[in-house]
Amino acid sequence: MGLRTALMCKKFKEYAVLKYLARRVASSLFALLVITVIVFLLSHLSGNPVDALLPDDASQEQIDAFIRDWGLDKPLWQQYATFLGNAVHGDFGTSLKWQGEDAMGFVLDRMPATLQLGGLAILMSVVIALPLGVAAAVYKGTPIDNSAQMFALLGQSMPNFWLGIVLIWVFSVWLGWLPTSGMGTIYHAILPAIAIAWFQVSALARLTRSAMLEVLDAEYIKLARVKGVSESVVIWKHALRNAAVVPLTYFGILAASILTGSVVIETVFSWPGMGWVAIEAIRGRDFPVVQAVIIAYAVIYMISNLVVDLLYVAIDPRIRND
Amino acid sequence: MTQTQDTPLLEVKDLRVEISTKAGSFYPVNGHNFTLNKGETLGIVGESGSGKSMTATSLVRLLPKHAAKVKSGSIKLEGRELLDLSEAEMRKVRGSEIAMILQDPQTSLNPSFTVGEQISEAFRLHAPGPKKTMRARAIDALRKVKVAAPEHRVDCYPNELSGGMRQRVVGAIAISCEPKIIIADEPTTSLDVTVQAQYLRLLKELQDDTGMGIIFITHDFGIVANLCHKIVVMYFGRIVESGSVERIFANPAHPYTEALIGAVPKLRGHKGRLTTIKGQPPAPMEPLQGCPFAPRCEKADSRCFAELPPTLDADGDGEHLASCWRVLDQ
Amino acid sequence: MIDFSVNRVSAMRFWVRLWSLPLVPITILLVVFIIPAFFADFIAPHDPYVPNLRARLQPPVGFGGTWEYILGTDRLGRDILSRILHGAWYVLAVSMIGIAVGVVVGTTLGLIAGYARGWFDGLVMRLVDISLALPAMLLALALAAAIGASFLSVVIVVGFALWAYFARQVRAEVLLLRNSDFVARSQVAGSSHTRILFRHILPNVMNTIVVLATLQVGIAIMLDASLSFLGIGIPRPTPTWGLLVSDGRDFIATDWWISFFPGLAILLTVMSANMLGDWLREQLDPRQRQI
Repeated sequence: MGLRTALMCKKFKEYAVLKYLARRVASSLFALLVITVIVFLLSHLSGNPVDALLPDDASQEQIDAFIRDWGLDKPLWQQYATFLGNAVHGDFGTSLKWQGEDAMGFVLDRMPATLQLGGLAILMSVVIALPLGVAAAVYKGTPIDNSAQMFALLGQSMPNFWLGIVLIWVFSVWLGWLPTSGMGTIYHAILPAIAIAWFQVSALARLTRSAMLEVLDAEYIKLARVKGVSESVVIWKHALRNAAVVPLTYFGILAASILTGSVVIETVFSWPGMGWVAIEAIRGRDFPVVQAVIIAYAVIYMISNLVVDLLYVAIDPRIRND
Repeated sequence: MTQTQDTPLLEVKDLRVEISTKAGSFYPVNGHNFTLNKGETLGIVGESGSGKSMTATSLVRLLPKHAAKVKSGSIKLEGRELLDLSEAEMRKVRGSEIAMILQDPQTSLNPSFTVGEQISEAFRLHAPGPKKTMRARAIDALRKVKVAAPEHRVDCYPNELSGGMRQRVVGAIAISCEPKIIIADEPTTSLDVTVQAQYLRLLKELQDDTGMGIIFITHDFGIVANLCHKIVVMYFGRIVESGSVERIFANPAHPYTEALIGAVPKLRGHKGRLTTIKGQPPAPMEPLQGCPFAPRCEKADSRCFAELPPTLDADGDGEHLASCWRVLDQ
Repeated sequence: MIDFSVNRVSAMRFWVRLWSLPLVPITILLVVFIIPAFFADFIAPHDPYVPNLRARLQPPVGFGGTWEYILGTDRLGRDILSRILHGAWYVLAVSMIGIAVGVVVGTTLGLIAGYARGWFDGLVMRLVDISLALPAMLLALALAAAIGASFLSVVIVVGFALWAYFARQVRAEVLLLRNSDFVARSQVAGSSHTRILFRHILPNVMNTIVVLATLQVGIAIMLDASLSFLGIGIPRPTPTWGLLVSDGRDFIATDWWISFFPGLAILLTVMSANMLGDWLREQLDPRQRQI
């Protein structure tokens, strides 16, 4: 029996992975569908969607054409079907604030800026948080651990927009090292990325620490030492490989949090990304663009969660066989 | 079987390990003396908490940092003092000269690496060679511990194997570098009885092949009787009795040993009830006067409560030692 | 019936533990947050809304300012300290009501889902998954665009951001409790489902709810602050803390105090709430205590 399992190992693994991923994709699509429902309903919540989606000075012909195009004279569920059909093709109407721009096209133009900033923030959080969390666990109870914990507490309690402002104050105004706002060079990205990453560093470091503490107590860590493996290899290979699964589960939340952070921080630093567009669109009561931004954010978020799932499969053999 | 004229494989003298906590300190290993020769199996027996595992970990110098440290004594591997080695030198000893098999097969393999990777890691450290042969050597090690279809198993992750199979893999890791000594710390407690017996037979066969010394740590006198040549009985951090299996079973000098033997079914053809030892061992930091076993001992008298018995020669030839006042009375 | 002897022992332990109260975070919370929230009218030295152009942009004490305006004034000459003190009430109200919404919705759904199982459980758990998968900020943006930002919209966003955590946790505990002896006994005794749920099961998940709610205070305050900073929270002229920070952000180069002190108030409040939550979890959560 055992032999057959061994022989089937590989084939079974591939099947299980596919099934697992298919389930994750399905649930992501479902969540996306729910978001479209919410966005759609909200556009009706404000009263007449014509008011929300067309400029105030629209002519009667424009209004009639709009009602025809979006099927606003039909029952609600048909309207939703039309909305969904258009949404699938990326059609959210035209922007009111940025006259004549296609709403989704305008948002997509801004997407690379947001992704750059978010990517840099994620990179920063991982590069700082993992060593910090590992060090805190390895030197548990020492001043290293205590200061890491203090740092984590501070980081999780600091409002990121305020941190952004303080960073501008210190590094741009006082020291004059980095630009205050805008986009262009890598230097422009440093302060906003720090402001977004700060909270994540604390959360990730905390998680890494507790995961490492648990793993370092495991028998297989003892076995590795008994084999004569050096302490650094024990920590960075044997322990971290297992502990990394826990912070990884947090990456889904991390993606959401960085996304939220980007809305706030792009506003602070006038970084012309999707978050900045979202706030400007709300100020201009530009509902087509707000809808497009929300859906675009949701799609980014779902995709990053799927990437996490893939990483998950890659890093933990237990999941492959689950 | 014993080679008294040569230097013994392992010689432990007056070993003391101290654990210090905020509440105070105590000695889970308190003045150990024993030797292990080539091809010999030494059983360290005692209840849980008696300091058996602490003895084992102190031999490979893997005591928990900060909390515990070797206070005094000497551990000599073929005449070489292990306590004087640097950490880097000690790492070379671990796994290649002294290997260890840990208690729990369910958790002592790293879930993130394949069986083959974990076996060949030991080779890489102690006997490096070309990468291609690593796999072959890992398969070889699995074959030695009688794992069926090792060519396939070598690529499996631990969670794909049964408990007994995992324990064999742990064994394969231990023997992979042909160590001089294997320390087995209750390696079979979580396995079922048939698997247990198979595993113990396997260990014995491996010993016959290689002539390695085995230190077997257990609470089960039944296993000791089948497997070991010499026994060390521990109670409350101290060795209360030591000697050859035959002598100790024939004539246990310490009431604690007697009670442990009595707790094993049918070992000496006992037909009566199994005895159990009443009470609990004292708490680690309890101040003690006299013999630590006295409160649980049916034969204790006032002297036992007043004064700690020294290590005494039970049979008059230095081969069977016990620390119990009753030895003097015989 | 609940085993009261056990409860009494743990209650006693609880009072013993009160001696080890974390006094620093409690003091900060009282001074910065709770007392101002209720007594701002009496403590605040100036009116938070009325401009006083003669006292424009006064720096704080120690930076060239006077004790008249301890933390300085803004561009319209309004006292920063008074505005922070008055803002506390709105921050407190939004976070407490938002958490209350989250607790009531989450706990009720979690209780019923865990107790009834079946299709309802499946539905609730799907909703929990979706809710956890949706960043609250997206809902905040959509709400602000659709119905405009208001006290209500912020409360909805906070409640939405939190309910799923309560639902998931409560459901998990109910699943354990429903198989326990005292539930079986009251079922045999003929108690109604409602009675079992609210008289027997609810008291036993109360600890969890309290701990979780305390830990969410920081999240709620932070969310509220972010929204008002972005201008999609409680609208002007209400001096919520996020808005106060936003007021000064264009003047950071010259008049740093306008943004700095409101942000410090957020930091201190959230940090103390987090510390208190951690402490409470250690005290009340038996699993944590065992570790």
